Amino acid sequence: MLEIKNLQVKLEDEDKQILKGLNLTVETGKVHAIMGPNGSGKSTLSYVLSGKGGYEVTGGEAILDGKNILEMEAEERAAEGLFLAFQYPVEIPGVGNMTFLRTAVNAQRKARGEEEMSSTEFLKVIRAKAKELKIDAEMLKRPVNVGFSGGEKKRNEILQMAMLEPKMCILDETDSGLDVDAMKLVAEGVNALRSEGRSFLVITHYQRLLDHITPDVVHIMANGKIVKTGGPELALEVEKNGYADILAEVA
Amino acid sequence: MALTQVKLDATEARVSAMSLPAGPGWLSEAREDALARLRAMGLPGRRDEYWKYTRPDTLANPEVTPAALFSADEATVFNDVDRLRIVFVDGVFDAEASDDLEAEGIEISRLADIDADIHWAKGLYGVLETNGQSPVERPLAALNSAFATDGVLIRVTGKVSKPVNLSYLHASETSDAILHHVIKLEEGAELTVLENGPAAARLNKVMEVKVADKARFHHVRTQGRDHERRAATHIFARLGEESLFKSFTLTANGVMTRNECVIELTGDDAVAHVAGACMGDGEFHHDDTVFITHDAVNCESRQVFKKVLRNGATGVFQGKILVKEGAQKTDGYQISQSLLLDDDSQFLAKPELEIYADDVACSHGSTSGAIDETALFYLRSRGVPEDQATDLLVLAFLAEAVEEIEDEGLREEIVGRLQGWLERRRD
Repeated sequence: MLEIKNLQVKLEDEDKQILKGLNLTVETGKVHAIMGPNGSGKSTLSYVLSGKGGYEVTGGEAILDGKNILEMEAEERAAEGLFLAFQYPVEIPGVGNMTFLRTAVNAQRKARGEEEMSSTEFLKVIRAKAKELKIDAEMLKRPVNVGFSGGEKKRNEILQMAMLEPKMCILDETDSGLDVDAMKLVAEGVNALRSEGRSFLVITHYQRLLDHITPDVVHIMANGKIVKTGGPELALEVEKNGYADILAEVA
Repeated sequence: MALTQVKLDATEARVSAMSLPAGPGWLSEAREDALARLRAMGLPGRRDEYWKYTRPDTLANPEVTPAALFSADEATVFNDVDRLRIVFVDGVFDAEASDDLEAEGIEISRLADIDADIHWAKGLYGVLETNGQSPVERPLAALNSAFATDGVLIRVTGKVSKPVNLSYLHASETSDAILHHVIKLEEGAELTVLENGPAAARLNKVMEVKVADKARFHHVRTQGRDHERRAATHIFARLGEESLFKSFTLTANGVMTRNECVIELTGDDAVAHVAGACMGDGEFHHDDTVFITHDAVNCESRQVFKKVLRNGATGVFQGKILVKEGAQKTDGYQISQSLLLDDDSQFLAKPELEIYADDVACSHGSTSGAIDETALFYLRSRGVPEDQATDLLVLAFLAEAVEEIEDEGLREEIVGRLQGWLERRRD
């Protein structure tokens, strides 16, 4: 599904290399987790993959289903089926949540040459999905993320994911700022979306999210590279001993 | 202060080419008074304090700068609204194109037809304008009261079932229109006035509105998209007790627009909202000059002005709230904001508060900013193409002004126009 080869990225305005030859392959239908200490480049990886400005790719490639997405605009990547659940979802005053989602769904459909969703059909689908995520109708009417609690913002991200039905989902620190109940709700939402044709890359600092979203593969990232790869037990090891041991081991 | 010779000469040059229209005695007197006012103050010049950001010459000069006609491939605004339509072509009433001016609860007459010595508009025509000349002079309005050849006088006694739509068509590239309307809402009356269209190559328009106690006046206007048209408009409103005045203006295109709005809240518990959304692209200069005077207790006023500017467009806002002594419990709000889509465009703002009462709440703010890149990326990451995402953010920016339109249907009509404008610019 997603193949990242020797990815090298620096900040556009600064002479600072962040990703230093990162290799990673996420197979179709699998859930991969990336863990790593602060400053290892985890969030940068998610931004670079989704097309945020401010970074310069100095080498390597990221292939999504046979296409190098690094050459595409952010919206093209989204239409190709890439989705980033933001660590800090953005508040957009004046743009209704519903309008935003319908615009996004139909823009993607249009880009893929599919028929646009009618407003009645859209309403029906979004109401059902919102209900599953315990998002009330009032929240859908409000401007995007404005006045939402931390938990509501993250649930709104998952709702967007559910509506857009991407094939490659990146979750950037989705557990940050959530209490246990909110995290469970979000994890349930994600688990409900797991399917044979959909892959996940779950970026997290702590193991606790992985208690709820069980990964197939766990990667440890440090200093702009993947330094160790293993099964779910690797996450438990991090939880128990911290990153120091692993980093010392691979150094 | 004596006028400079330059101003005297400029004023005489304009005035000498015109003659006062005929009318009954009271109207002729009002016109002569207006001419005397104009001669005393002179036409606006660049050194005048309230013309610092806007060049008055093309609005004041005797010659009209020609303006090409604009044809858009879209239906006329308010077409789907059930309304009483009054049409002016290049500033001249067009009876053929207009609806029958009879309707229940409303009395409409044409300014050019007035011949009665006793008329309700006596004591209003030019009077609200005169009140509005102090403390800031508005010479183009005095010029208007003196020389306006056409317009309507509307008196409302009840709740009018449908809006009155003053529709201004532009047919001649060199037309110079001067229109003057007087609107009087009697106690408890309700009226919505819609205005649309470019009107002429150059338009000078005054609307005097007297809103009596408990009366409600709504006003929604779009100014017409002819790129080269010029307009200087004034609204002078006087509000009685528990009355309401709400005005919204959409301006897209037009090389020069100066909209002045002068409101006096003279009865307790009155409410006045003035809002504007403007979108300028390229050769575009738009100036909102607003003066709201609180002269009664427990009144509320809001000024909400939003401007989207690109390709070197200029936006100006001069807004003042004056709270007179004794106007306690005043609630005044003023916001003027611009969204600058490039580095070539500019926004000039002069917010003013002058308060002589001690128990009031007045707030004001003015900002200029670019598109929020974080929000833009968020939208794009969900698959919304950049131009469409930008449009969404532009509409979001304008929303606070558009929401000042109370009627949902009219609000949607305006949003539709905004979307149309944005879409036509996406190539």
